[in-house]
Amino acid sequence: MDFTFATEQKFLVLIADIAFVGFIVATLFGGIVAVGARQLIHAVLGLIMSLMGVAGLYVYLGNHFIAAMQILIYVGAVSISMVFAVMLARPPEDAKAKPLMFATKIGSGAVIALFAAFVVGRAVIAHPWVKAATVVKEGTIRQIGENLLTTNVFVFELISLVLLVAITGSVIIAKRGRDNTDQQGGGV
Amino acid sequence: MVHPMLFGNMEIYLIVALCLFALGLYGLISRPGFISMLISVELILNGAGLNFMAFNTFLAPDKTVGATFTLFVMGLAAAEAAICLSIAVAVYRRFRSIIADDISGLKD
Repeated sequence: MDFTFATEQKFLVLIADIAFVGFIVATLFGGIVAVGARQLIHAVLGLIMSLMGVAGLYVYLGNHFIAAMQILIYVGAVSISMVFAVMLARPPEDAKAKPLMFATKIGSGAVIALFAAFVVGRAVIAHPWVKAATVVKEGTIRQIGENLLTTNVFVFELISLVLLVAITGSVIIAKRGRDNTDQQGGGV
Repeated sequence: MVHPMLFGNMEIYLIVALCLFALGLYGLISRPGFISMLISVELILNGAGLNFMAFNTFLAPDKTVGATFTLFVMGLAAAEAAICLSIAVAVYRRFRSIIADDISGLKD
């Protein structure tokens, strides 16, 4: 995919650039809310905003199918199950628990994250990225489907097995906890 | 011919993915609750997926590979989220808390 457009589309390209900045701002602001919010439900909402922003960036990268899958899987399934878990396991406020330890954790987290960002960011900027000379496959949905069911069919089946085991295991884990609570006589 | 100012540069996508990764790393270390840590892991996995798609679009000769890999990462993230959330619910039923430092039954 080459990012060149006809001259009469100049205005549209400008609008697309502005919308691109909007998606980046949504991604980063949602991420900041997701890791910084006091209330857990606000963190989940920030995560949803960030995931929608990433889906918009996938559209800019020319892959609408992955963007749709991002919204379906992450926003539609993962975030909704997170909301259910937040409602089932009511957490106390994070910040009130242990103030001193919390400050230490925030400091160490900020230092480690900034260090990692600095190192990787320098590598990203300094490295000369080389484009592939020829494009073998354009990456249409048909080609992705053929790739999934021919070259990567083993991984595809393995992922389906992992999902089956994960869903069964999560049902068993959550159900056993409920049985314990009932035996102790303290229902939720 | 017109070139876009921003969305044609691979480095911008990589730096956004790097910011997502750094935010997730910060949250993973600093947040005390199980579900908050899971949210941070999702941010890290999204940064990885964005990285894969950026390299796929701009550099790779075979553009089905990055999309396939991003789909696999999404599937694994969904499985991991299901397991983590059910563990959080089970732990909450037993300990009445989902703060990771409170779950120290073996220490005492």
